[in-house]
Amino acid sequence: MSEGTVAGHTLFSDPAVESIVSGLEKALGVPGGGLKRSSFRDNHRVWVEPARLASALKHLREAGMDLLIDLSAADYLGYQDAEHRYGVWYILENTSTGTRIMVRSWADDPSPCLPSAFDIWRGSDWMEREVYDLLGIQFTGHPDLRRILMPDEFAGHPLRKDYPLRGMGERHHFVPLARDES
Amino acid sequence: MEVSLPEDGFLVTKLDEVANWCRKNSLWPMAFATACCGIEVMATGASRHDIARFGAEAFRFSPRQCDLMIVAGRVVMKMLPVLQRIWMQMPEPKWCISMGACASSGGVFDTYAVVQGIDRFLPVDVYIPGCPPRPEQLIQAVLDLQDKVQKTGTFNAREFKSRTRPEGPRPLAMQLDMADQMVAPANYRTATRSWSVVPEVGNHAGESGR
Amino acid sequence: MPLKLADAIAAPDVEERECLWTLNFGPQHPATHTTLRLVLNLDGEVILKATPDIGFLHSGFEKLGEHLDFNQYVTIVDRMNYISPVANEIAWHQTVESLLGIDLTPRCKMIRVIFAELMRIHDHLLCCGAAALDLGAFTAFLYAFNQRELINEINEWASGQRFHPSYTRVGGLQRDVDDAWIGKVRGFMDGFIAAHNDVTKLLNRNRIFLDRCRGVGVLTKEEAINRSATGPVARASGVQRDLRRLRPYLAYDAIDFDVVCAEEGDCLARYLVRMEEMLESWKIIHWAIENLPGGPVNSEIDGRMVLPNQLSVYRSIEGLIHHFELNMTNRKWKPPVEELYTATESPNGELGFHIVSDGGPCAWRVRTRPPSFIHFSLFPHLAEGHAVGDVAAILGSLNIIAAELDR
Repeated sequence: MSEGTVAGHTLFSDPAVESIVSGLEKALGVPGGGLKRSSFRDNHRVWVEPARLASALKHLREAGMDLLIDLSAADYLGYQDAEHRYGVWYILENTSTGTRIMVRSWADDPSPCLPSAFDIWRGSDWMEREVYDLLGIQFTGHPDLRRILMPDEFAGHPLRKDYPLRGMGERHHFVPLARDES
Repeated sequence: MEVSLPEDGFLVTKLDEVANWCRKNSLWPMAFATACCGIEVMATGASRHDIARFGAEAFRFSPRQCDLMIVAGRVVMKMLPVLQRIWMQMPEPKWCISMGACASSGGVFDTYAVVQGIDRFLPVDVYIPGCPPRPEQLIQAVLDLQDKVQKTGTFNAREFKSRTRPEGPRPLAMQLDMADQMVAPANYRTATRSWSVVPEVGNHAGESGR
Repeated sequence: MPLKLADAIAAPDVEERECLWTLNFGPQHPATHTTLRLVLNLDGEVILKATPDIGFLHSGFEKLGEHLDFNQYVTIVDRMNYISPVANEIAWHQTVESLLGIDLTPRCKMIRVIFAELMRIHDHLLCCGAAALDLGAFTAFLYAFNQRELINEINEWASGQRFHPSYTRVGGLQRDVDDAWIGKVRGFMDGFIAAHNDVTKLLNRNRIFLDRCRGVGVLTKEEAINRSATGPVARASGVQRDLRRLRPYLAYDAIDFDVVCAEEGDCLARYLVRMEEMLESWKIIHWAIENLPGGPVNSEIDGRMVLPNQLSVYRSIEGLIHHFELNMTNRKWKPPVEELYTATESPNGELGFHIVSDGGPCAWRVRTRPPSFIHFSLFPHLAEGHAVGDVAAILGSLNIIAAELDR
């Protein structure tokens, strides 16, 4: 939970997280508290707009957040009070201090697009491909952005909310084999 | 057995019996292990359950050497053409055990990617329920299959001639237009997926009884 | 003999080489254990380029998580890393409980610790046994599987299912364990050290096994962090990171154990780390079973979060209503409209769940942070420059579980 305010913006309860986020704000050239932040349980989140995401991630990497724990996204189509369709999260950790922070960003239709973190953390390689495959968010700068889980010819993005759980009937389209011909 | 036909005469039926006895006691399984059930297949082969007691311990991972395919685990869209291709590569006579709920009916995974029962696309001889089935159940299935081989087998595979279509329920064909088909259907014959080859999936929903 | 990585990297581009072989490995191959496919570009026997192809078991776990409630989804996460099922359940329900703000009872925490560590042994036994099996040492596999059967019996006694127990529930467990179960765990503990010794003796001085593992698939500490490796794979490369220590959950802050690390980062180090971790797990279970607190296993938070036991459903109107409330499709839990990521140290590495909640009983989005998926993305980096035969060693040491890989 956030506690205390300085100059009108909330601070993170964890001083290590607070110093990282204020350093990030300084590096991006936004005033203190300029980035939207929130906390829930032990998760500390800071929102960065897509245009600034690449430089923000680069700064965080240089500030010691060397482990990319998770990169994924969700489709917020129809979610209450959602402003953007896709929300993307990067969970980062400093392996020497154990500080953990979540960077949030967003993307929108018709062509959801974000900068790739491939050059910053190599671990983001397959995670970005998975997000591209299941949710259809493009990552510019990724050297090999192909489908990873679904077949190459698949046209939809199954984790989008407008894709039905039981699919569009693709699972029934195969050649049945009879016993006498096999 | 008709006595009047020369193929089904005394000699032939005795020959059938001998061939069946040989075949049933030397089943060479190919564990097509995809998921959890594959671990139970391994447990069946390991020391406690020891499938060697029933003459079916010679697991081979090359389909060309096997006559029993144990499909253990769910089969998804990307995997089904591979499964069919491997089935085609196995020499006759061959049998198939569908192990576990997922292989038999899709199980808990009623989702966009999982094939709802391999028997829609492959001939299956024995089904095993369970998620995953216990090793004892797999052993029982092998015994049942041995029984089936002994009772219905013929030395020149005449019994397969009458089975001209998959015995399981037919695919729940959704009549989709080409434009609505998101996945080009895979074809085991060409080992390709292409828009030009479309399987003839008739409307079997009425006759399948499902 | 391990080949020098530098030689292969210094060679001309893959496309320019003549006499290049392309080898398709999988999706149905004994050394892949489950379903994955590798396309290997070979120069002779040296791997120049490895291109993994996955998704042969993609069955929509995360999509299902949006349609099943918090208790129902436990049957699905069970089938994720199916060689350590309860570890997944604990990770999932830890996230749910954290979202709902439920504190567990001390007894529940300790039983979960025992199960988590049993699952670590369960997982590592299969991983080490199967890795040895792929390298030609069949006997160790049989010894390992014999112990796994005993753990399956423990699962069965506690929950009724030997393979996928689905044992945890929101705020508690399916049911309490009894003395016979404790006896079974003790019996397993007594025999385990001897079995562990047997496997060690079979493998640790096995010349063929050592030669095929030592120096193969080396992962440096920097690369391990850069490529997001966690768990035994990272610890074998010298990353001293264990979530049980870093962010203690359940009852781990009260338990004394060592975090096993190695420096070499090769297949042998990964195997040795796993073998040592089993002994640490043995220590933890030993301590936990002796210090198992009494009391209830289900926490009693305002009576609306945890399923009531059978007796109170059948014999009291309050229990019946309560059970009804938690099972009606339009009732169930009312979590805050929030998002939460929590993780546990599963046998394979950091296993985390990210729940996006819209206030309903089913999650809006369930993201699994799968360690196998991330470890398999290391594979091209580890395999390039080695011979084809080393593929089995590297795959075995990474412990790729296809259901977790593809979900």
